[in-house]
This record gives sequence, structure tokens and C-alpha cells, in this order.
Amino acid sequence: MTAARIEAPAAAPEVATWQHRHVLDLDDFTRAEIETVLDLADRMREVLDRRIARVPALRGYTVMNLFYEASTRTRASFELAGKVLGADVISLSATQASVQKGESLIDTARTLRAIGADVIVMRHAASGAPYLAARHTDAAIVNAGDGAHAHPTQALLDLYTMRRHFDSLEGKRVVLVGDIAHSRVARSDLWGLAAMGAEVVVCGPPTLLPRGLRAADRPPHAAAALPAVEVETDIDHAIAGAHVVIALRLQSERQQGGLLPSLHEYAALYQVTAARLARAHPDHLLMHPGPKNEGIEIAGDVATGAHSIIEEQVTNGVAVRMALLYLLAGQGTRPAPPTLARTDAEAAR
Amino acid sequence: MTTLAIHNARVIDPALGRDGIADVVIVNGRIARVGPNEGDAVLDADRIDATGLVVAPGFVDLHVHLREPGFEHKETIASGTLAAARGGFTTVCAMPNTLPPLDSRPAVESVLREAQLSARVRVLPVGCITRGRAGKELAPAGELARAGVVALSDDGDAVGDASLMRHALEYSTVFDLPVAQHCEDPALVHDGHMHEGWVATRLGLRGRPASAEETLVARDIALAELAGAHLHVQHVSTAGSVALIRAARARGARVTAEVTPHHITLTHEEVAFGPERDYTRIAYHANAKVNPPLREQSDVDACIAALRDGVINAIATDHAPHAASDKEIEFTLASAGISGLETAFGLAMTLVHAGALTLPALIERLTAGPVRAWRLDRQPALAGLGTLAPGAPGDVVLLDPDAPWTVDPAAFASMGRNTPIAGRRLTGRVVATIACGRVLHALEGLAV
Repeated sequence: MTAARIEAPAAAPEVATWQHRHVLDLDDFTRAEIETVLDLADRMREVLDRRIARVPALRGYTVMNLFYEASTRTRASFELAGKVLGADVISLSATQASVQKGESLIDTARTLRAIGADVIVMRHAASGAPYLAARHTDAAIVNAGDGAHAHPTQALLDLYTMRRHFDSLEGKRVVLVGDIAHSRVARSDLWGLAAMGAEVVVCGPPTLLPRGLRAADRPPHAAAALPAVEVETDIDHAIAGAHVVIALRLQSERQQGGLLPSLHEYAALYQVTAARLARAHPDHLLMHPGPKNEGIEIAGDVATGAHSIIEEQVTNGVAVRMALLYLLAGQGTRPAPPTLARTDAEAAR
Repeated sequence: MTTLAIHNARVIDPALGRDGIADVVIVNGRIARVGPNEGDAVLDADRIDATGLVVAPGFVDLHVHLREPGFEHKETIASGTLAAARGGFTTVCAMPNTLPPLDSRPAVESVLREAQLSARVRVLPVGCITRGRAGKELAPAGELARAGVVALSDDGDAVGDASLMRHALEYSTVFDLPVAQHCEDPALVHDGHMHEGWVATRLGLRGRPASAEETLVARDIALAELAGAHLHVQHVSTAGSVALIRAARARGARVTAEVTPHHITLTHEEVAFGPERDYTRIAYHANAKVNPPLREQSDVDACIAALRDGVINAIATDHAPHAASDKEIEFTLASAGISGLETAFGLAMTLVHAGALTLPALIERLTAGPVRAWRLDRQPALAGLGTLAPGAPGDVVLLDPDAPWTVDPAAFASMGRNTPIAGRRLTGRVVATIACGRVLHALEGLAV
């Protein structure tokens, strides 16, 4: 038992550069804060790679997943992240119908806090919903995706995954292709990538590009109010020299909404294919936040090809979310300092 | 015989071109005399010493939502008209998006009856353009005109169907009623929650583009010219709309327009950043959610210029009170609207203090401007409305243009505390409001 403890991290990691009570988006994260999360995620990957991935760091700590929208990977990822760290994890599905019937979001968040939630992980179809919850409860709020606004944990896992392949993202050309207008992943990626010094490009048809992204479309005083990005409608031009290409999911309702003539034409013009990736940097990485439509926004062969790190993104998601829960717990009201020591059960092996 | 004498004020009566120190004498609810020392000759009068204050005709608001009947949890005729009095308004035009909507004579009459019982100021009802505000068939404009409506509007929504709008305009000429349109193309603003632009992009919200307003303004001007009808563009908010209205007016089209205090002072940045303008920190300020949405500074500047040169005839509040439970929810579910009656003068005064508008011009856009736009003085009882001409209704406001105060929604008379400028310091205050010779509202300290 003693030997095992020496092998494990000796003490709780230092988290000096961490000021956040909530994780709502990356727009208020400095590069140092992002690096704090990513460094800690490395430690969490070590925990996940153990035979029995369990540590008691968050024992007695309660994480509640409040999902107003369907989710498979994000929800499972948070559940596992909490459980690996020994937290009590409760997942609730709240349908939009039940919201409209009566209990307001504020009431729900306050009730969960009263029951004992230390962290509320929230997904909601309305942009800004986690900000409302954060204003009205003193539980820590983690935004697991709000409308078309933000998905900061996805962006952090994207950054983490890229960092495992590149020493630094400084000056790396990162291209997001697809439905930028409706993508919360894209919005958070933009902030995170900009903070890490990447050269960010967004590419899609004009109907799927939000307004005001180009700095020239904003008044001078608001130049820094959105991350600096290059906006392209020509995928070949966008991908040229790219170190990372992120394909975004295209929802079929964009065609019904009159934003696209057909999925077929979208695929012809904007699908990430091997031929197009030939123009990217030779060591490029291909990513996708999932769930992907192979044959629409991404070709099946490249999705599973040598440059694809899509599956790795999913695994890293658990580590990044563990890191965030750990950091938020350090800010929490529980007096006991969390540790990353192995469990007695594992130590006994 | 009851007499009220207001002494020694700076009397500003834009319609009559008066701006100078004078007394105002109101006898039996009507303006009797205005002139230097006129009050001294009056015996046995209630007197107000208005030294250092401005006296002007009572304000006229072409656009308020009193919410009664149907939405009494947001506002009532009693509370909304008290808010009007506090804001210096002595005449308000009540929009018909109530429940039931004001699309029939009984509905209009019930509002007028309730107003007689509980209203503090004059309430002039507006009738619906389409039955049930559904945008499908015309509401009975003749019946509504006989019931006493002063204009037609489906405000809150636009009449989207161009053919129906054409017919509404044509039909309105029989009764010579203005057709007031909330110009936002329903297809272009569908599911939009704020101005389409970089702030909406930052917040991940679907936008309501400026072009949604401008396409409808352009369409409706063309239809009004075709019909020879009077189109009134409600709450103008974009530079493009201003240009369209300016051009139409220049060629003689019967087009009038109003702008709200918030569209000439606030921008879409209010929604995300509030007054602090800290671009590292966003919020979703539902109290800044309003339709049409707060726009960009260039739009604000164009609206101010049009207000200054008279292309925009009136400042109208679009007073849209909501309950806290309509606003303290997800931004996309929150109701749109700003409770504006009690802050209108102070907010609009920021333009005067900035040198963008003169005080007499501001007062004109709050008095004679709106009256002329809708010819509200056509009714014999309302002859002289918006002026201090002898025989006009004895509606007067006392203003202190330089008095600082802080917006405190908790102190509103309106039940709607939904304002994006809570806590803001404004300079310029309504000191007292007199309607038909009766003091409805007076700040403490006024020498009566």
C-alpha cells in the first residue's frame, strides 16, 4: 500500500491559475488557464489508463447532469468522469415539455442545489441557459452545450487532443468546415484556439456562416469581441496548408430550412475528402466532434484513416472533464482537499 | 369654476412657436391664457410656482401596451396610465394586442369603459388591422372607427401578406385612419431574438436582420402610395428604414413614423454587455430584448438625425410591460419589450444634453408631432391637443431638464419593471403632470 502511494501523484496538483466558479465558455479563459486544464487532463489520462480507474479525489462530492437535450457521448463522458473521481453522479433528463409545463430552469437549478448538487452539468437548447442558472444558484455550472452558443468542454478536449500531437498550437492553421452558424462547438473552439495562438479558419457556404465574424464587419472598438478568424467559402482554399481540419456535423434540417439546396450538393462542395486533404499539411490531423454523418460532411475513408484522431477525442473527453470537475471542486465548499491517490483496492493489487 | 395658475415657467409650446418665461392659466380643465404675468390677474386660483422649470404641453404617446384586458399580470389600465402620468404623458394610444384583441366594437368599448373608471390619463384605443391579429382577413375597420379607434395596427406582429396589407390600406381611406405597421417581415425574423450582427453571433442567437424591417417598410410605402392611404411606420430602428421614409416623404407619400427612446440611445451591445462594455464577459440581458431589436450605432445615429429633421414625427415609447416571470427565463423564451413610460423623457434628454437635439425639438416630437402625425386633434373635444393654445385640453407637464436621477424599477408605477437601464443615471425629470387641469403627479418639493 505504501509503495503504491509513492507511485501515485504525491499530492494534489497545483492549480494556482484557476479562478473559475463555473465553466460557461472559453471566452473568459486565458492561455495559462487552458494550459492548467490540459496539464491536469494529462494526469487524469494516467488515472484512466490504470486497470481499475478509480480514485477518491471527489468522494462526497455530488455532480448532477441536467440534460434538456438528448446526448450520448457528452453525458456518458461526464458520468464516467465523475465516477472515476469517486463523486456521486446523478443524471436527469428534463424534456423541453416539462420545462414549458411549469418548473422554471431557475427553480430546477435551485432545487438540485438544495438536494446537494455541488456541480450541475447542463445541456440546453437555449443559448445562454447556463448563464441564467449560474446567476441564480451557487452550485458550479458546467456548460455541456447551450443552443448554438458554446460547448467549452468539447473545445477543451479538442485542444487537449491537438496538443498531444503538436507541442504547441502557436501558428498552427486550424480549419473548421461546415455549419459554423449553428455550431456551439465551433464558437467555443474559436475562443480556445485563438487563446492558444492558432491561426483559425472557418469555412462553409454563406448560408451557414454567422454574420460579424470578419473583423471588418464589426466596429473598431469591438475588434476583440470575437476571436480573429479567416472566413472562407472555398474549401480547397481553406484547407491548403492546414495542420488540423475539424469537420462539423451537418443537420439534415438545414436543407428543409432552405439553407442548402441538397445534402448531395453540400457533400459535393464541402465534404472533407482524401483528395481535398491532399492540400493540407502532410502531418495534418482530422477531427470531428461527433456524431458524424459519413458521406455528408466527412468521407468514410478519411474518418477512419491514418490522420483521423476522432476516436481519441472521445477518450480524451473523459480526462478533460475529470480535470474540470477536479478544478471546480477545489473551489467548492467541501473542506477536505481532494487527492489523486489510488484507491485501497487498486493499491492492494 | 376651478382655476390653476402656473407661474414664472419657461414655457415651450413648439406648435405655437413659444419659448419664453410666462404663466399658464388653466380654467375648468382647458388652457385659458398663456403669457407673462397672466397668472397674477387671476383671483382665487390654485397656484404652482414653476420658477426654474420648463412647462410644456402634456406628452402624447402613440404607442403603449396597457395589457388590459387579458394580461393583467403584466399591466392594467390603472397602473399603465399612472406610469404614463409619472412619465409626463397625458394621452396614450393603446395597442390592440390584448386578449381579446381589439378587433370588434364591444372589445374597444370595454377598454373605453374601463378607462373611464380607472385611467389616470386619456386613453385612445387603436384597433386591429386583421381579425384576431391573425393576418388572414380584415378586421371591421368601419365598426372600429365608430367605436372610437384612432388608428389601426396589428402591432407585435406585422401584416405579412402583401395583398391583405394593400387591402387594409385601401379600406382605411374611407375612415381616414392611419394604418400603423410593425415592420418586420415574419419570414425573416422567424425564431430571431435580437439584432442580427456580431453580438448575436457571439451569443449564439438567431438574429432579426435590419433588412427584415427595411423590406417591409419599402413594401408598405409602395402599397400606401398605390392605395393613397396613410401609412404609419411604428418604432423605426434602422438607417435603411429612415432613408426609405425620407425619400417617400420627399415625393409626397402619406407616410409618418415614430421612434422609441431606446432605439435612439441603446445598441445591440446592451444585450450581451450591458453598460459596462466588458467584452470578455457576456450576459443574456432579457430586459434588453425588444422587437424590433436594439440595433447598431449607425442606425441609432440615423434615427436621431431623422428625429431632428422631422422625417420621424414622434417619439413613442412602445411601453411593453412584462412580469418578472416573462423575463427571468431562458433568453429565447423571454418576452420581448421594454417598460418605457417612466424613463422616456430622461432617456431622450441624453440627446439634448449631448447636443444632438434641442429641447424644443424634443418636446415637439412628444407633443404636437404625434398629434399631427395621426391628426388626433380632429375630434372636437381634442382640438388643440399637444399645444397650449387657448381652449386646448388643460394637459401640461412641468420639467426639470437638468435634474439628475437614478432609474429604479422597483419604484415604477408600472407593473412592468423590465428596463435595460435599471440603475442608470439620467439627467432630466418630469416634475409634475397635469391633465385637464388636475395635478396627477408631482414630485415632492414642488411649491403648490
